[in-house]
Amino acid sequence: MPPRRKNNAAVKVEDVGFEVDAIDSGSEDEARKRSKNRRAKPQRRAKQVSDDEEDEEDEDEAPRKRGRKKKAKPRDSDEDDEDEDKRSVKRKASKASRRRAAKDESDDESEEDREKRKRGGEATSKKGKEEQNKEKKGNGKRKEGKDKDGEKDKKKKNGRMNSSSSSSSESEEESLSEGEMAALKEEVEEKKKLIATLRNKPWRMKRRLVLLKEAQEFVEKFEGALGKGKGRKLYAYKVMMAKKLIKFKRDFENFKTACIPWERKIKDVESHFGSSVASYFIFLRWMYGLNLVLFGFMFGLVVLPEILMGLPYGSIPRKTVPREEQPTAMDYSVLFDFGGFCKYSFLFYGFYNNERTMGVLQFRLPLSYLLVGVGIFGYSLMVVIRTMARNANEGGDGAEEGDFTFSWKMFTSWDYLIGNPETADNKFASITTSFKESIVDEQENQKDENIHLRRFLRVLANVMILCCLGGSGYLIYFVVKRSQEFAEMKTENLSWLEKNEVEFVMSLLGLVCPPLFETIAELEDYHPRIALKWQLGRIFALFLGNLYTFLFALFDEVNAKLEREKSIKNDTEWLLNQYYSNYSSHFNTTDVPPPNADPADVVRGPCWETGVGIEFVKLIVSDMQVTYLTILIGDFLRAVIVRFLNYCWCWDLEAGFPSYGEFDISGNVLGLVFNQGMIWMGAFYAPGLVGLNVLRLLTSMYYQCWAVMSCNVPHERVFKASRSNNFYMGLLLLVLFLSLLPVVYTIMTLPPSFDCGPFSGQEKMYDVVMETIEQDLPAFIGNIFTYATNPGLIMPAVLLMLLALYYLNALSKGYQQANIDLKKKMQMARDEEKNRRNNKDSTNQVMKDLEDLLPNKSLMPPPTEDEPPPPGNVVVEKGSKSPKTKPGAAGKGVNLQKDVSLAAPNPRGPVTRAPGPRGGPHGNARGPQPGPGRGRGRGGPR
Amino acid sequence: MGNKQTIFTAQQLDAYQDCTYFTRKEILRLFDRYRDLAPQLVPLDYTSHPDVKLPYELIGSMPELKDNPFRQRIAEVFSEDGEGNMTLDDFLDMFSVLSEMAPRDLKAFYAFKIYDFNDDDFLCKSDLEKTLNKLTRNELTEDEVRMVCEKVIDEADLDNDGRLSLEDFQQMIVRAPDFLR
Repeated sequence: MPPRRKNNAAVKVEDVGFEVDAIDSGSEDEARKRSKNRRAKPQRRAKQVSDDEEDEEDEDEAPRKRGRKKKAKPRDSDEDDEDEDKRSVKRKASKASRRRAAKDESDDESEEDREKRKRGGEATSKKGKEEQNKEKKGNGKRKEGKDKDGEKDKKKKNGRMNSSSSSSSESEEESLSEGEMAALKEEVEEKKKLIATLRNKPWRMKRRLVLLKEAQEFVEKFEGALGKGKGRKLYAYKVMMAKKLIKFKRDFENFKTACIPWERKIKDVESHFGSSVASYFIFLRWMYGLNLVLFGFMFGLVVLPEILMGLPYGSIPRKTVPREEQPTAMDYSVLFDFGGFCKYSFLFYGFYNNERTMGVLQFRLPLSYLLVGVGIFGYSLMVVIRTMARNANEGGDGAEEGDFTFSWKMFTSWDYLIGNPETADNKFASITTSFKESIVDEQENQKDENIHLRRFLRVLANVMILCCLGGSGYLIYFVVKRSQEFAEMKTENLSWLEKNEVEFVMSLLGLVCPPLFETIAELEDYHPRIALKWQLGRIFALFLGNLYTFLFALFDEVNAKLEREKSIKNDTEWLLNQYYSNYSSHFNTTDVPPPNADPADVVRGPCWETGVGIEFVKLIVSDMQVTYLTILIGDFLRAVIVRFLNYCWCWDLEAGFPSYGEFDISGNVLGLVFNQGMIWMGAFYAPGLVGLNVLRLLTSMYYQCWAVMSCNVPHERVFKASRSNNFYMGLLLLVLFLSLLPVVYTIMTLPPSFDCGPFSGQEKMYDVVMETIEQDLPAFIGNIFTYATNPGLIMPAVLLMLLALYYLNALSKGYQQANIDLKKKMQMARDEEKNRRNNKDSTNQVMKDLEDLLPNKSLMPPPTEDEPPPPGNVVVEKGSKSPKTKPGAAGKGVNLQKDVSLAAPNPRGPVTRAPGPRGGPHGNARGPQPGPGRGRGRGGPR
Repeated sequence: MGNKQTIFTAQQLDAYQDCTYFTRKEILRLFDRYRDLAPQLVPLDYTSHPDVKLPYELIGSMPELKDNPFRQRIAEVFSEDGEGNMTLDDFLDMFSVLSEMAPRDLKAFYAFKIYDFNDDDFLCKSDLEKTLNKLTRNELTEDEVRMVCEKVIDEADLDNDGRLSLEDFQQMIVRAPDFLR
């Protein structure tokens, strides 16, 4: 399809495109003369030029006719195309070199020439036009040939179209009047510039294109400097600006790539371990970028203002360590648990003050806090979805599986990024096995018992894994229950194990389950890429269970704290009242100064938000420790032992049992995803968490890169990751959504603590927004807001969205259907073509069998024999249509069809002849004929 | 930054940037790689377009290509003399096409060239067999190889001339999910 379409386009271009070069060619001629003179120059390039040129001279005549012929028969033969292509390239090159030569000779001269030409440009170009037109036609055709070759490059094409359109206007102008020279020249230059940029995507021998481009740049420069009569200065300015812009763009581009961190590190990893491992690191890098932005928000809009403009440490109770904690506040163990000074620092929610505005800037911290907390989710959602959409577009149209299994295996299975002998060995092995597998598959398409066995095994594996998941879920539930019981007892009676039971069990499960799943998954015998996805999904479920149990436990704690807080609040209020009444009765005055206790001594509530924040931070830190320790012990130590004990061990450690570790992609990806979920959830309660996470990602980038390069070995079955790692993104999106739920729930329903955090004193956290709307914004916005939140308005909006969703869904289904239909059509056309070509050789198995069934073993010779075919016909139709994998099945269909169509009175035949096997009477009589069969019969030329 | 390097002129760098998918930094890095292959051969000054070629033995020993079963073909296709001896331009050319940024069509074109062992602009059976044997290090039996080749032609040969033309090849390969190189 595309080539043909292009063809038309090219023809159009050609109609118009002569003048494009007509002007060039003037200079070309001169240049040619000159370069002829200079041919003796002992430069390699020059020699080449001359070679080319001689070719050129010979060919110059030929292509014209050729080209014309080609137009008549656009798809004559591929060889022609190829030739044309080569020649066009050569020609381009020689053109370029000629121009270059001209330039080399002397700039003044060429400039002079040019000026001359410009003045008499009209004349020259017109004079040359007649002859050159022909040549240009050749050119155009060659271009066309090139396009047809399928090296279609949209930009290029566009560019050509542009240039052609411009040149069309140009030609009009030319024929109209001579006074339009300026505009004409402008067009020429524009074109040249276009050409210069278009050559960004050349096909062969870049060096020639380098020359070409240099030349063009020079031309451009000269002509640009010369300018035109009227708007000369403006024009020169424009040209200059355009150049500057291009330069700036390029510099910016350079700068941007220079800013992408760890490019080389990742490439290193990629070359050693294949793209699947590298995909993890790319994901990690992406995550780092995202977190950096989140950190920017959090730090710039919340933390920094509070530190700079808020009250300093020690001024109010929420920013002071309480008296009873002060002796231990700087102890390492306390700090390590994020108690003591850490707890009352800007890392956590409780530190922030609830003043509506602060500092000179009147910064509304509470509002900003809420908006940033929600905005983090919004931004992450946007970014994730945008990335997913982009990835989906990139890897879009590779839909039809199974059509080209072998071809793809043959041509695309090598991972060109591999640069490590070990990996290469593995890759060779895996390619061989995959070929063997598909050969076996192909050979016995229906190996029933195997399929059943495999299905059984897969079901079994899934059942086992479900059992594991259920068991682990129950275990966690059980442990959490027990820990709640323990919590009511006194801490002294509890052993260390009992205290840390939950964490212990959770990390144990996290350690044991994934390898267990992996072992079970071997039963399933999937392709590693699919297996990876399954594995990811399963571990995901496990982690999710853990996370949500953790959350529920946390909610219990929060509720308990809320209870306690209520009583403390009542107490403090009562105390305050007491104090006020005492004071007023004692001093007999109504203006009572606030009680001046030291901020460290004030009674305060438990501040549940800070508690939650601390839990999350602890979780992150312990997660980080576990990860790093696992790498250190599981990979590094193992590698060291295997490497050095191997000298004095009874069996080969490297090849035998422990060997080196493989990089665990699924585990690492999931770790990253869940870590991010934790960050999203915790960021609202602990603004410092995002910064911590940035540090963590940074270190783990270096650490893991080092670990993977120094102590891991490539996977046994190296496989390529598809570049669009939308699967990871999908997981991330799910986790984002899941972590959004609890945070929004707390924001909307739970009352904030009364004495700490930016929302203290409010009924609900979102009251801050309401307050702002009421007090700071004009009234009508408040009105609008009330209307907008009215259920009467929201319901229709939701309905509308649902409808839109439905409509879009239906639309996409329609497109899909159309797509499938088109594909079918293409397939049919292809089959038809195929049949026409090889209907002589009977390669088809089905047909052979059929032939064997026939009484006298041959179909071809006697047309009288044509009664039997119809029953076979049905089979053939089935064969050719249903399994796309063997289109060859239709191989001999044509004969039959032809025979059928030859034998017009046929339909009666089969009826008398007993419909036989089970072809079905409807099938052979009418079925196939209206189907593709008829088309095929008609399509056959004979 | 701009004044540090004297290997290329600014124009040369610009031109290279126009012609490849590389940024300036990458071009310089590639030049270093090129030079590292044979420091005694490659001059440090490219402003005057010195005529330097590195023999295939050196090119093929680069880590990027060392383990590639098609390294010889790659070098041959991209080298100007067709024998794998590369100038810097060929070298840049090669890496530009092999780089991530190159469009699929361009890659498909060169991939076709690479797989086309006998340079007849078609992938015929012998080409396919060679490809397959290189990919699997001759571990398949002859029957298997023949079968796979037939299959490939059967699948991808749209115009049914028993061999794959460039069009066939592009049709097939541009849709492949794995075709990124």
